[in-house]
Amino acid sequence: MQSLRVLAPADLLVTVRGLSFSRGERVIFEQVDIDIRRGKITAIMGPSGTGKTTLLNLIGGLLQPAAGSIEVDGERVDELGLTEIYRLRKRMGMLFQSSALFTDLSVFENVAFPLREHTALPESIIHTLVLMKLEAVGLRGARDLFPSELSGGMARRVALARAIALDPMMIMYDEPFAGQDPISMGVLVKLIRTLNDALGLTSIVVSHDIKETASIADYIYLISNGRVVEQGTPAALDRSTSPWVEQFVHGLPDGPVPFHYPAPPYEAELLTGSAL
Amino acid sequence: MKQNGSGDESATAADIQASDGAFYCVGDWTLEGIEDLDKRLSRKHWPDGAIEVDGSRIQSFDTTGALFLADTLSDLRQAGHTAQVAALRPEYQQLLELVIERKQADHGASKPAKKPGLLAELGRYTWSKVQHALGLLAFLGETSVVLARSLLQPSRIRWRQLFANVESAGLDAIPIVGLLSFLIGLVIAYQGGNQLRYYGANIFIVDLVSLTMLRELAPLIASIIVAGRTGSAFAAQLGAMQVNEEIDALRTIGINPFAMLVLPKLLGLCIALPLLALFADIASLFGGMVVARFLLEISFADFIQRLPIVVTPFSFLFGIGKTPVFALIIALVGCYQGFQVHGGADSVGRQTTESVVQSIFLVIIVDAIFAVLLGTKGIRR
Repeated sequence: MQSLRVLAPADLLVTVRGLSFSRGERVIFEQVDIDIRRGKITAIMGPSGTGKTTLLNLIGGLLQPAAGSIEVDGERVDELGLTEIYRLRKRMGMLFQSSALFTDLSVFENVAFPLREHTALPESIIHTLVLMKLEAVGLRGARDLFPSELSGGMARRVALARAIALDPMMIMYDEPFAGQDPISMGVLVKLIRTLNDALGLTSIVVSHDIKETASIADYIYLISNGRVVEQGTPAALDRSTSPWVEQFVHGLPDGPVPFHYPAPPYEAELLTGSAL
Repeated sequence: MKQNGSGDESATAADIQASDGAFYCVGDWTLEGIEDLDKRLSRKHWPDGAIEVDGSRIQSFDTTGALFLADTLSDLRQAGHTAQVAALRPEYQQLLELVIERKQADHGASKPAKKPGLLAELGRYTWSKVQHALGLLAFLGETSVVLARSLLQPSRIRWRQLFANVESAGLDAIPIVGLLSFLIGLVIAYQGGNQLRYYGANIFIVDLVSLTMLRELAPLIASIIVAGRTGSAFAAQLGAMQVNEEIDALRTIGINPFAMLVLPKLLGLCIALPLLALFADIASLFGGMVVARFLLEISFADFIQRLPIVVTPFSFLFGIGKTPVFALIIALVGCYQGFQVHGGADSVGRQTTESVVQSIFLVIIVDAIFAVLLGTKGIRR
């Protein structure tokens, strides 16, 4: 396998080459190439159910690709052993759609959790570090609350504080704007941008909120039907005349992405009275 | 799709009535009004030749009504009539055309309804069970790897969680295990004692109760209670964490969920269950002693004196020795089912139920295997 190793240019943190992945009979990705530049915010966009979250799980090594290579900071994620994967994951923060806070721990303990698990720092240092991270997301005052007492937007900010607790080299955001009111959406947009620039992070944002994402992304990949259908800077994508971009940006119900989920002929189904 | 709001509650039945040689659609041609229209229409006698159906008296009309009207017309045409509808309101006419258009647009090759045969269903069922067994085996393997690694470095075991599990699975279960074992001991002694009394073999109540309870029933009762109490709790806890993506979050923070969540439960239960079984032994013997004392006039002292004569060390250890295996089964199945949760809250409930059923099933199967393998070894004759 050594010969397959792709030596990525130094400014690329993540390189995905010829990635294929399927779930059962359904093909999720087919020959996908993606580059993530260091220090930039790269957005992966596309309709729901196109496997954007799956892509993050593949980069994080939670799933194994069927073919192709995924390289993060010079290491082949798909070839690493379990121990190395866990070591690498400490340097990759991930923000889940459901925030995924530990429900039986307070806000403070949630943020302190990775520090306590992976370091032997004295309690006073941990205390200071946690308050620093909470201050960064504006929730220092909420440190004694429990996840059930937080609003959706607050929970996501706590999760963000937890994701940056170990000062990772990159953060993957899974639908950070989904289900947020306009104010917390604005807060999150600002946070993603400022954290990325202040901490020198690399960010991958998976989303279908075109306006918010386009406002912070440096580069956008548009995925549909298991392929990258378009890529470029937000400005370039805005000028694109591709039917994919047209449909996605303007929210047209029918187009390259069909309105109808694949189905047997309507008449046949009515006659048989059952799904075959 | 309803195009007329005239009376949702009391719809007049839809029908086609003949008057003065013309046919009129009347009533509500909607989901509510249509109900047994096809029965009424099938009894209707149509004249030969051209039929014109007047739609002007339809009170309300929706897609179901439109579909019925379209079907009626095409049935008539197939029977050799020239049928058409007239004087339908424009908006109703539009809906009718839409329905006819949709029906024709999807006109494809009609496949006969195929129900999978008995053999196919049996095969599918078997295959799903085999896959389940393989999944459990893979889970056992993954747990073993983590276990081996932790045993080499005992400092990596999460002792605090482990003892929290010993407390919740063992200490907290003492009252219920004690009470139920006591009652079962009582019942066994009572049922058997009545028979023994006829033969004047009262003293053999000690043999009956101690061997039955210590070798088989007490460990089994403790295991079944723990499977229902703790195995289900494992599945539900891990399932809820799975739904909330907490387990994925652990992985991305760089923590192996097996080491963090499964191992302390597994080891904790392997400590707690033998102790619980020991307690169940004592409680059930006490139940037997009570019956022996009051029904068969065998004093506590006599009972206890005979006990070491009847119960060999092997018999005692045979009962207790099985329980770590049962603990392993209960913890593995509970955690495995917890990890199997996908999607939403309904899946948590399903997998929790599944974990209880499966672990009790497996515990009894394994108990039977032990009984067959070791037979009556250790029983004095």
